[in-house]
Amino acid sequence: MNDILPELRLGPARRGTSPLGRLHIDLPLMGGLGMLAALAMVILYSSSGQSLEVLLRQAARLALATGIMLAVAQIHPRHLKFHSPALYLVGVALLALVLLMGKISMGAQRWLDLGVVRFQPSELTKLSTPMMVAWYLSNQAPPPNLKHLLAAGCLILLPTLMIAKQPDLGTAVLVGTAGAAVVFLAGLPWIYLLGLAALGGSLLPVVWHFMHGYQRDRVLTFLNPEADPLGRGYHIIQSKIAIGSGGVYGKGWLHGTQAHLEFLPERSTDFIFAVFAEEFGLLGCAGLLAIYLFIIGRCLFIVMQAQDRYSRYLAGALTLTFFVYVFVNIGMVIGILPVVGVPLPLVSYGGTSMVTLLAGFGMLMSIQTHQRRNGG
Amino acid sequence: MDREFIFKDSFRENRMFLNRIVASVVFMLALTLALVARLIYLQVVGHELYTNLSHDNQVKIAPLAPSRGLIFDRNGEVLADNIATYSLEVVPEQVPDLKATLAELKALINISDEEIARFQTQRGQRKSFESVPLRLELSEEDIARFAVKMPYFPGVEIRTRLLRAYPYADLTAHAVGYVGRINEAELQVLDPAQYRGTYHIGKTGVEKSYEAILHGKTGYEEYETNVQGRAIQVLGTTDPLTGADLYLSLDIRLQKTALDALGEYSGAVVAIEPATGKVLAMASKPSFDPNPFIHGIGKELYDSLQNDKERPLYDRVLRGVYPPGSTVKPFMALAGMEYLDLSPGKKSYCPGYYKLPNSDHKYRDWRKGGHGPVDMRLAIVQSCDVYFYDLANHIGIDRLQEYMSRFGFGRHTGIDLEGEKSGLFPSREWKKKKRKTQQWFPGETLIAGIGQGYVQATPLQLARAVAMFANQGHSVEPRLVDSIKAGYAVDSPYPRNHEETVGQIDRKRWQVVTDAMIDVVHSQRGTAKGIAPGLRYHMAGKTGTAQVFTVGQGQDYKKMNITQEMRDHAWFVAFAPAENPRIAVAVIAEHGGHGGSVAAPIARAVMDQYLNERP
Repeated sequence: MNDILPELRLGPARRGTSPLGRLHIDLPLMGGLGMLAALAMVILYSSSGQSLEVLLRQAARLALATGIMLAVAQIHPRHLKFHSPALYLVGVALLALVLLMGKISMGAQRWLDLGVVRFQPSELTKLSTPMMVAWYLSNQAPPPNLKHLLAAGCLILLPTLMIAKQPDLGTAVLVGTAGAAVVFLAGLPWIYLLGLAALGGSLLPVVWHFMHGYQRDRVLTFLNPEADPLGRGYHIIQSKIAIGSGGVYGKGWLHGTQAHLEFLPERSTDFIFAVFAEEFGLLGCAGLLAIYLFIIGRCLFIVMQAQDRYSRYLAGALTLTFFVYVFVNIGMVIGILPVVGVPLPLVSYGGTSMVTLLAGFGMLMSIQTHQRRNGG
Repeated sequence: MDREFIFKDSFRENRMFLNRIVASVVFMLALTLALVARLIYLQVVGHELYTNLSHDNQVKIAPLAPSRGLIFDRNGEVLADNIATYSLEVVPEQVPDLKATLAELKALINISDEEIARFQTQRGQRKSFESVPLRLELSEEDIARFAVKMPYFPGVEIRTRLLRAYPYADLTAHAVGYVGRINEAELQVLDPAQYRGTYHIGKTGVEKSYEAILHGKTGYEEYETNVQGRAIQVLGTTDPLTGADLYLSLDIRLQKTALDALGEYSGAVVAIEPATGKVLAMASKPSFDPNPFIHGIGKELYDSLQNDKERPLYDRVLRGVYPPGSTVKPFMALAGMEYLDLSPGKKSYCPGYYKLPNSDHKYRDWRKGGHGPVDMRLAIVQSCDVYFYDLANHIGIDRLQEYMSRFGFGRHTGIDLEGEKSGLFPSREWKKKKRKTQQWFPGETLIAGIGQGYVQATPLQLARAVAMFANQGHSVEPRLVDSIKAGYAVDSPYPRNHEETVGQIDRKRWQVVTDAMIDVVHSQRGTAKGIAPGLRYHMAGKTGTAQVFTVGQGQDYKKMNITQEMRDHAWFVAFAPAENPRIAVAVIAEHGGHGGSVAAPIARAVMDQYLNERP
């Protein structure tokens, strides 16, 4: 509690007078997220076949996740930093446990059954990995040298590979991205970036060799979905039909025949964007992207305002990861990326990723609202 | 340490971080632009394509079969009817275990392997939610048996379907024809959309030739479907258009009279209204009941029909080709006047045979002793062969063939039925082509001149030729369908060709030949004088004999021991009333021997009924 004292003492007067400030809520970010959540409900009502039950369940999750976000927002960034290594270790340990249990049950396993709650450790590492890398690199003066980079690389690869092994390629990509974003923001020299890109390219055949059969199929399907229209290409083809038939103005809310006729698989989860695009058209998509960009913009503003390395790195990484989330999901639904099972942030039906995402936004709010103002 | 950082705020570190943020923003904007570009590509450029694909995805079309048009005779008697029958149908997707269900049904109502095979074929052609008939025309007993067990057969139901029925059975078998199940070959040529809900198609007769308009137009029910193709809701219905009703010029009672009059003989009767070409009767005997063909005739019954020596399935009217024999003589007489300017009064001497110059071969007359001196009239009345041998010899085969074809010999009549044979009137070219190197012999011209040898004609052709004669050369195209009634505009598939005439022939010349034909019936020396007693109108006719085999040079036909199958076919062609022809008839009685005594009474029976009922 020692750490908080100077903060309270040095905090600007305006925050003390505002009840929202006292609650550590960033109003613009909250507004953007609220708009997104409201829109999500509208789409979900349609994609679920106008199921009020689904809507209520999602609303309950949203309420819970919002509570967690606000709770996280109360935690000072310093505490986040302090607990980063422990959180990271817990995450990796849980992943190991999942892999072990998966081995026992002879199959893929992503869930940890904690009796009442089913918990997905990979969700925790989405946050704990960038936190850990930010913790590590914020203790070094930028730019990181090779030793630091290698260490950071190991910190990232450990959970990433464990998640990929589950196998959960989508989450692995996101966890890796989150960690890499920190390294990038911490000043990874461009020459290394180019080298990594070259290395990555040359390693593709090796990666291919180690990929699971279904993962290879996904990539092949992505390259040519029409080759297997009733099998693996089905998702992509149907999704493209839904989106394309939406046109500029869309078919109107609840009038997206494609999705309602069950042609679209996973229409409430990973492929919900297709439902949205079919019903609201290009203009609706532009609006949705605008909301996302607004949220990202506000996050970037927070990143710019952040006054210590850890906050900057973490906030920046969370922001970039959020964007990658959006990009990967929409990219896969519209057929420019392979299908990797990434939900559309805050819109897709489902609880776990929403909790993680909002917890991340809670951290951003914390970073924004706990910073010291030194009046210029 | 953080606080240190904040206060010392290295300018260099801040600039580096700003650079990274700017790079990130550029990166994110570039990827966002990629998303937008792709969305524009899908939603603007590809919109039409994907809209079509989307439509194909969601809307399935279920056919609504039209009810087939009815066929009536000229008095409004129904010749082809639709009757409601019950059929046992299966919706495959609703049946949990199709194989077991079929086995149980087989035991319950005795379904044949043939029916199951047909069901499987049709099932393959339809969507799993569409009903496929297992058995058409359920009996009362079948219905009762199934009704009790119905709850145990989910997806199996009794439906009503309209089925074709031919109340006059064998009377209309050839002319009206019948419908049968659509076969594989027909599937290849049919418009699949139009026939998706239809199980039957016209196979013969009017049913076949007017198929296009009898069928009607298939309606559709548009279903919104889910990904399995299962109907969720009906979006809209396009009602089917009932097929056109056809009113034939055929008089079913006249048809019956004709068939009855043929008695024990196999043969054909065609009656035409000369002025219009309307077919009043066209009977082919023996006939058969077309009704079993609708549902798929059993092999046993079909084989018995197929193997019947009298060939009941064979439509003699359209497809029976026989030498027309002496029935060509009236036309020959006209040709003689046309080409040779032959005076009707000019007499020839008939010694009972004809010899070509420089040849010893005797071309015999049917009367061994000959007819003595005969003029044109007498030659026709007594059917003198020698007179027409001479005539044919002088006209020559080229002109003969040309002239006879004007009356339709060797040509299709153009009737509104399919499968008509053209018959044959030979020519030098024909022989060169068909018989290879052989040249045309003058003797063949003689034989052709009395309607024998290579000459072949169908009963319909002769009826038409006589009708044209009755019209004094005005051509007619026989038509079975008189009028078409539909709730929408329908074009007959058999539009009439422009009318033509045989050529300008002096009325007096027609009259000479017509008078001779009247004498065939009404004079004491006429070959058909036997039917004259009691006739209430003048009939102009001509008998004929179609030789089944050629009598050898030294043989005497009458003294030969002729079996029934070897006896000549008896022809009779006629029109009446001679002064104002309203009906033209051609009759052939197979192996009837003499036209005057066997075929002529049949023609009279038909004419009597037609003319006496409509004075």
